[in-house]
Amino acid sequence: MSILIDKDTRVLVQGFTGSQGTLHSSQSIEYGTNVVGGVTPGKGGTSHLDLPVFNSVKEAVEQVQPNASLIFVPAPFCKGAILEAADAGIKFIVCITEGVPTLDMLEVKKIVDGLDITLIGPNCPGVITPGVGKMGIMPGEIHLPGRVGIISRSGTLTYEAVKQTTDLGLGQSSCVGIGGDPIPGSSFIDILEHFQADDQTDAIVMVGEIGGSAEEEAAEFISQNVTKPVVSYIAGQTAPPGKRMGHAGAIISGGKGTAEDKIKKLNESGVVVAKNLLEIGSTIKSMMS
Amino acid sequence: MNLHEYQGKEIFAKYDLPVSKGKVVTSLDEVEQACTDIGGTRWVAKAQVHAGGRGKSGGVALCDTIAEVEDFAKKWLGKRLVTYQTDKEGQLVSCILVEECTNIADELYYSAVVDRSSREVAIIASSEGGVNIEKVAEETPEKIASISLNGKDVSQSDIKKICSTLKLNDTQSSQMENIVRKTVSMFFECDLSLLEINPLVIKEDGNLHCLDAKINIDSNALFRQKELQEMHDPTQEDPRESEASKYDLSYVSLDGNIGCMVNGAGLAMGTMDTIKFFKGNPANFLDVGGTATQERVAKAFKIILDDPEVKVVLVNIFGGIVRCDLIAEGIVAAIDEVGVEIPVVVRLEGNSAEKGLSILSNSSSRIQSKNSLEDAARTAVELAK
Repeated sequence: MSILIDKDTRVLVQGFTGSQGTLHSSQSIEYGTNVVGGVTPGKGGTSHLDLPVFNSVKEAVEQVQPNASLIFVPAPFCKGAILEAADAGIKFIVCITEGVPTLDMLEVKKIVDGLDITLIGPNCPGVITPGVGKMGIMPGEIHLPGRVGIISRSGTLTYEAVKQTTDLGLGQSSCVGIGGDPIPGSSFIDILEHFQADDQTDAIVMVGEIGGSAEEEAAEFISQNVTKPVVSYIAGQTAPPGKRMGHAGAIISGGKGTAEDKIKKLNESGVVVAKNLLEIGSTIKSMMS
Repeated sequence: MNLHEYQGKEIFAKYDLPVSKGKVVTSLDEVEQACTDIGGTRWVAKAQVHAGGRGKSGGVALCDTIAEVEDFAKKWLGKRLVTYQTDKEGQLVSCILVEECTNIADELYYSAVVDRSSREVAIIASSEGGVNIEKVAEETPEKIASISLNGKDVSQSDIKKICSTLKLNDTQSSQMENIVRKTVSMFFECDLSLLEINPLVIKEDGNLHCLDAKINIDSNALFRQKELQEMHDPTQEDPRESEASKYDLSYVSLDGNIGCMVNGAGLAMGTMDTIKFFKGNPANFLDVGGTATQERVAKAFKIILDDPEVKVVLVNIFGGIVRCDLIAEGIVAAIDEVGVEIPVVVRLEGNSAEKGLSILSNSSSRIQSKNSLEDAARTAVELAK
């Protein structure tokens, strides 16, 4: 087993024929992902990357039975795209797009939670189960099938953790980028729950960053519910307060959301926090042997 | 994106919230007319900058004559105001808000914010206004009402809780209900991430009044808030930061001497932390983004090198979407174009990294390629000494 993506995952791509959709869909297909088609309103009935294009998710569901959707549509249309997939009965949605308005996500999050849908992102690199399939923009070749589960708020920082676990021969069960926005579709806790239950995952790497209190909430959850070893790294230990560090969610405001507070809380909850990002791999290895 | 107080109050007025009669002046000549238009015999002059703590730094004055307002304008227009919330350079004062004088009986606090934990808009109100709310929360939490809304709905019990914490009488409670409902509508309609009235005051006549307005708009929503986008004041930002944002680069100026160019916000922070770990000091945070092109890389270089403190540039790219060979070409082109005279340490990993490294090794001698982030960071720290 692994989490979120397995051999039965049938992926639909929304925003299929755009430049990002085309590039990453073809790389996902090349990686072995079972992409069954795409949606671009107005281009229904045509074919793209040798796969059928539909006008709506509903049409696609009727004809090619996807059970997951990967979204690349531009930010102003993401709310509509996510809700369209939800309405068509898709239960697993990954939204890659950056720049979705926060109030759109407040509304979307409420609706998808009510429908028991797992939403990953927006503003994230996506999800990969090495050797099985990927829904996202991560470079497949740095991954190695293995037994470490990785969760992260950042894209390229995830790749760093992935590469270290690959170089040490540990490999990954699945890797999930939950995204850097203030209101993510899934939180650390949602994904920790999956990894705790997954019998292919022996240990978990959680890459956090400054801003908000998601890491503190995750720490609380880990102390109560996670028995597998967890290693964390918190980016932004040297970030100045009051400045948004790229990600909309990465800001220390009113003295809250500092790396120091997060590290303290994680340590208290039994999580080993790597002192710097170069030591993520070696730290998790020491805990697995 | 932040607004000035006077801009916030213009929006408040549109929503029928009680604000003072006021005029914005940008030059000395306008002061007399503004005071006459406002009327009365006392005025408050407030320097308009994107920072709190103005009162304690001399940026707000109570004036008994038009001449005093003119003196204030003379003192501040075109100057920089330093408060505990600004850096040591301060913020440029390019306009002053002149308002009628308000007789204050009591100061309260009111704000609405996106609460990340509850994933709702939260309202925070306190009977202690005009002070640092974080401090009130720590020392006297019983003086704060914190309410998580259910979507856009404000219930009667929410209103009751706020009014009882603020110890308002019946008339004030109905004024407060109006303020809560109007600010919540405004929050959703204008895509705000923060709305703060500190202080919200009870005037001597017993009526509630919004004496300040701090508004932050969700930058992701500016595409549908064109009117608010027009209110953007680039003079309140670090010039390098606003230049960077024109090219979709996120740049934050810091006080070290190692310039950083990284793809991805998390890795950019991680790179800063790594430099610090090896006892160096980063000069900036810079995320070139996932779709870095040669042009943007060149622009990023120029912005980094514009900081005279920078002694070495550390480039850390983990190619996922972005191809390292394109970045490498961008670096080479930028070095040619800008005429870089300091060392550049580069670490490329991921998508087309080998191709990128061979482009770099065939180019300028200023470039040192390193195979790992550790090597690259150590080298940069050494060169910056």
